[in-house]
Amino acid sequence: MDSGILISQSDKRPIYLQIIEQIKRRIAVGDWSEGQSIPSIRQLAVDIQVSVITVKRAYLELEREGVIVTQQGRGSHVASTPGLGIRLHQEELQQHLKEAIRLSALLGIEPKELESRLREASDDIAAKERS
Amino acid sequence: MTNFAIKLDGVGKKYRYFTLDNIQLELSPGQIMGLIGPNGAGKSTTIRILMGLIHQDHGDVRVLGHRMPAEQVAAKWDIGFASEDMRLYDAMTLDWHMRFIRSIYPQWDQTYAQLLLKRFGLRAEQKIKGFSHGQRVKATLLLVLARRPRLLVLDEPTTGLDPVARHEILRELTAVMNDEGRSILFSSHNTQDVEQISDQITFIDRGRIIDSLDKEAYLNRWRRLRLEAPLGIELPALPGIINIRQSGRLAIATANEFVPGIAAAYENSGARIQMIENMTLEEIFVAKVELSRDEHEEVGA
Repeated sequence: MDSGILISQSDKRPIYLQIIEQIKRRIAVGDWSEGQSIPSIRQLAVDIQVSVITVKRAYLELEREGVIVTQQGRGSHVASTPGLGIRLHQEELQQHLKEAIRLSALLGIEPKELESRLREASDDIAAKERS
Repeated sequence: MTNFAIKLDGVGKKYRYFTLDNIQLELSPGQIMGLIGPNGAGKSTTIRILMGLIHQDHGDVRVLGHRMPAEQVAAKWDIGFASEDMRLYDAMTLDWHMRFIRSIYPQWDQTYAQLLLKRFGLRAEQKIKGFSHGQRVKATLLLVLARRPRLLVLDEPTTGLDPVARHEILRELTAVMNDEGRSILFSSHNTQDVEQISDQITFIDRGRIIDSLDKEAYLNRWRRLRLEAPLGIELPALPGIINIRQSGRLAIATANEFVPGIAAAYENSGARIQMIENMTLEEIFVAKVELSRDEHEEVGA
């Protein structure tokens, strides 16, 4: 099975985080469905040419977050949680919101103002799509 | 102990201008270890000792359960060793070399050898004389890989190669890990290669091992903190911080034992954390060598 995972050298984040993010994205877009088996740690390591220990770290983290399940000797699969893909999208949105709030705080923007800026931005996008 | 692919215990070797001092090293089956260090740090000497090519003055060396150098003949059936100074016969073809190795090692895998010829873009019927540096390196590795040894010991396998050749080789090395019983020890100046494919990292500098551990744990301990501190505030010296550079309102702190408490402690002292960055192995390597030399010189003074 081709994992479709590609490690970017210009991405400043550690490799294990890149693996986590790309696996979550595969699940979020529905390529990897709930309960589906995924490459073993060793298979993925060989496939994307990174060390076993790095993939292991990514899998442990994904397991802790309830995204995948790894069974000794039986490989790993996507957790059978209904709505997992949607949950991952939600988490991504939450991350972006947190980042927006952090940057606003740096600029001294109040939550009320951030709200109206968000509304403006969304109106802007809607207007562009109509035209 | 036969559990380790490689185990060095208290190994030393004294030369007139260089001493290899109390080397401890353990490599488990199924793992790749990257050996890094500046030029002349002792990487090749360590490799030569564990191959039985140089005899240690003291200390215990076991490779695949065999004591070295005493049992090197038995050990070498299952070790594939390649280093830069290995010579192929210029007047002979690659095919001649392949038949030669095949006649010695019964486990030679001809199908895999043919596949490697194709992947490395080598011609078996060509004489070594006409090979470029990169082709020679690839030919040497082919001769070693096609034996499918349980342990690969490679001294600078990617040095002097173009990016495409480097990737071809890294791909074959990671493919070895399909088999949990096999292991690789390789030395390199290229920290990016080591960071990508090693499970274990060993740093050598001036004949001593300054770190040897699990790569993920290792990378995880190091961080760079970018701080903003009002003028006039001196940032406290914290345990786990090896270096802090303050200039104007901005400061950069390097942590080699990072815990979230460090960030909290800076914030309590009036600074604001702008960013906490991970460091690449190369950045860690340089910081670590500088730190270890400083400490060494202080002790020596």
